[in-house]
Amino acid sequence: MYIEQFVFFILALITLLSGWFVVTDRNLFHAALAMMLTFLGVAGLYVLLDSGFLAATQLLVYIGAISILIIFAIMMTRRLMKTTEPAYNSMWQGALLISVFSGAGLVYVIVQVFGMSNYLQKPDTSDAVLNGTVVTLGEWLVSADHLVIPFEVASVLLLAALIGSIVIARAEK
Amino acid sequence: MIPLSWYLVVAAALFFLGVYGVLARRNAVAMLMAVELMLNAVNINIVAFWRYVSPEEPLGVAWVLFVLTVAAAEAAVGLALVISVYRSRDSVVAEELDSLKY
Repeated sequence: MYIEQFVFFILALITLLSGWFVVTDRNLFHAALAMMLTFLGVAGLYVLLDSGFLAATQLLVYIGAISILIIFAIMMTRRLMKTTEPAYNSMWQGALLISVFSGAGLVYVIVQVFGMSNYLQKPDTSDAVLNGTVVTLGEWLVSADHLVIPFEVASVLLLAALIGSIVIARAEK
Repeated sequence: MIPLSWYLVVAAALFFLGVYGVLARRNAVAMLMAVELMLNAVNINIVAFWRYVSPEEPLGVAWVLFVLTVAAAEAAVGLALVISVYRSRDSVVAEELDSLKY
């Protein structure tokens, strides 16, 4: 059981350290690479939470698609690659204060509510139930009693985003 | 033996890293990247609560799947806007995009 905690600490360290580089690195290309590492750490946390399906989806959608899209955008706007400009605006101290204090408050609430007694370990769910999650999910996504309407709305949203981004980014004649 | 609170603390830290990035960065693309960090933190929270509270029903997984869909749409439209703004203003620094201000 200590191995699981050790793996958790490694993954959390990877996630948070590379997340720190995402928001602080002057060179945006390096920040984008650090962001891919953050996504990888989050995928590892999904595996630790017994959700291999979501980990695979994270790899495909975030690392495979969104990161590549962002790197394309960085390379198409050349001034972004310049590292001599200041990376932060004039209010960055205030932003740091706000995030540190709100984060500390949130951690305090989490420790108060969940730290001592609630949900100290995962419930003993059988492997059959966990492996059946993807099957049930697939059935739910197309069943009229459960999630078919959000599923269809999501596909319409994707179509709208597809057409919209082409129209917005098209060069003017 | 990992308590639920550990996941929640990691997700909170990642979320507020993203908040700091959105508030302090000057480049629009860097702000979009910080938004992606915040979305990932929320997803960690959802999956952790799903696993610890109701692993019998796949509702948490489905929710994360929909968040992923919306995040992909948001990234595509946001980067298209960035490229369009760069074409017309030759800059993506958020402070210089002030034509609605005057």
